[in-house]
Amino acid sequence: MVDANVRVRDFLENGFHLVAGDGGLENPIEGVYICDLLSWVMAKSKPKNAWITIQSHVNIVAVALMVEQSCIIVSEGVEVEREAVERANEEAMPILSFPGTSYEAAIKLYQLLSK
Amino acid sequence: MNMEKLAASYRLEYDVKAKDYVRGGEVSSALRAVLKQLSLPPELVRRCCVACYEAEMNVIIHSLGGRLQIDIYPDRLVMVAEDSGPGIEDLDKAMEEGYSTAPEEAREMGFGAGMGLPNIKANTDRLVITTNPEGTRLIMEVLFVGKDS
Repeated sequence: MVDANVRVRDFLENGFHLVAGDGGLENPIEGVYICDLLSWVMAKSKPKNAWITIQSHVNIVAVALMVEQSCIIVSEGVEVEREAVERANEEAMPILSFPGTSYEAAIKLYQLLSK
Repeated sequence: MNMEKLAASYRLEYDVKAKDYVRGGEVSSALRAVLKQLSLPPELVRRCCVACYEAEMNVIIHSLGGRLQIDIYPDRLVMVAEDSGPGIEDLDKAMEEGYSTAPEEAREMGFGAGMGLPNIKANTDRLVITTNPEGTRLIMEVLFVGKDS
């Protein structure tokens, strides 16, 4: 069962590091979607998902906004590009960094969402 | 602004430069901001914005440059994406999910999934494409009333 009361803020200090978009920390999270193909995310991801990707350029912010993602999680410790950070701050779209793989991030999120 | 106040139409016009990936999404973000003020159902806003984003990225990735013109009417959204070539070589294939002619630089950024035109088709109520080596024109329409409202 997914706990409907989980928010982006709850991911912090659980291995996820906030890179940008602190204006969206209260966004609720109802699920997780993992994909690095942007059009695929636009086609398949549901609103209020945490989106895990290794893409780190500015376009991820626009994609996340279009399909109302709760936050973007950039896995594998990939450095988020400056333009993406600026855009995410402007749009209050949280970007979180995670040092492990997308799979490991998903396991962590499952645990946090299942509490 | 709300639908009652939107008496006639509201037009957004943008030039879109070829290969300008950094500005990709500017048009659809602007559209999203306007549509959100109209108190439309979120699903409708999403459909309009996804179609707009894919059209915008197609111009950036595949064309020599072009423009988007978006007209918002009380009952529908009409978007026209026009570019100055080189055209879509095989339109039937381009409409298939997974078929892509995107260059490597775009694929590395996560574009070129071969979902652009299929996503536009799936999210619009009407899609008309004309293409030749001089350019491509997409007319996209999303109805605010009808099957999805």
